[in-house]
Amino acid sequence: MSKSWPDSLFDVLLRQKVRQIAYVPDAGHSRLIDLCTTNPDMETTVLTTEEDGIALLSGAWLGGDRGVLLMQSSGVGNCVNMLSLLENCRMPFVSLITMRGEWGEFNPWQAPMGLATPDVLTRMNVQVHRVDEPDLAASTLEAAIAQSYDGMLASAVLLSQRLIGRKDFEAED
Amino acid sequence: MTDNPPLLDRRETVARLLRDRGDLLVVTGLGSATYDVAAAGDDPRNFYLWGAMGGTAALALGLALAQPNRPVVAITGDGDMLMGMGTLATIGAKQPANLSVVVLDNERYGETGAQPTAIAHGVNLTGVARACGLDAPEDIRDMNAVGTLAERLHRTDGPLFANIKIDARDYPRVLPARDGPWLRSRFREAVLGNAP
Repeated sequence: MSKSWPDSLFDVLLRQKVRQIAYVPDAGHSRLIDLCTTNPDMETTVLTTEEDGIALLSGAWLGGDRGVLLMQSSGVGNCVNMLSLLENCRMPFVSLITMRGEWGEFNPWQAPMGLATPDVLTRMNVQVHRVDEPDLAASTLEAAIAQSYDGMLASAVLLSQRLIGRKDFEAED
Repeated sequence: MTDNPPLLDRRETVARLLRDRGDLLVVTGLGSATYDVAAAGDDPRNFYLWGAMGGTAALALGLALAQPNRPVVAITGDGDMLMGMGTLATIGAKQPANLSVVVLDNERYGETGAQPTAIAHGVNLTGVARACGLDAPEDIRDMNAVGTLAERLHRTDGPLFANIKIDARDYPRVLPARDGPWLRSRFREAVLGNAP
């Protein structure tokens, strides 16, 4: 049996030499967060708010580390002004974002940022790659990391709520 | 506001902190802290923020985690630190031994008309830092204590937090480079050599 998509994403992080992971949790990220926090070669930081991750990973890059920020779509709203740091300094940056509020979401408070996330990121000069099929998650993340760190660009990979699975959320909450 | 001795001069304080900087890596918060560090002497190992308010300590944290064998200091104002106060919890949780956060506290938003910050109304950043698990001495009010702090910045037994009470005098701005990609590449070359 092939690996689950979070396990495949973790393989990409290792292959791409990503050392720092900053995150505000989402149930959809729980497997990947577990894999990262239990890997002794990775430096994982749990944040109090998502925009701190943009600053933290910029500092990581200044010190030679590649990083990825894990968050859910609601966190994108918290990031807006801090994204100017990436543009002003042309910092390479990758965020892996689990989408909420778009596919059988039970909580209407997730809907506004779920709807706005691609537009907000695009307006702030972050390249957006949306993934709807689990089999394409790893290759999309790998392309985003390579392009961002080779080309000093900011990019985001959006994992759709359909991909993550609605059922998980009902179980978690 | 109080009958305490005269407050410290921000330019003199920062110049003293960086006088024997050794291999210290410095991240500065937007506004006066950036100008103060620039006035003390430009250096490729300074990373100046001109915006990204609230992000100074978080950026320094990521740098400290990437370079655990080098001392890293964030020098910023009380307004920026208040906006990024949650970062003190993140630093407390991570306990990076090589990170110091120094706040130049004039109890004002100096860049925007000297409006009072929450500090002016009695909030105690040093107490917050202590509650978050950082090693935080009493608020610094004289140059002897600044000298002691300057030495401590090189001891990697932190994380350290120091709040320095400075006067609200408004100095002429000393503007370092604003070209972000250039500052970024210059800093990386100074720290990493010709790393890709």
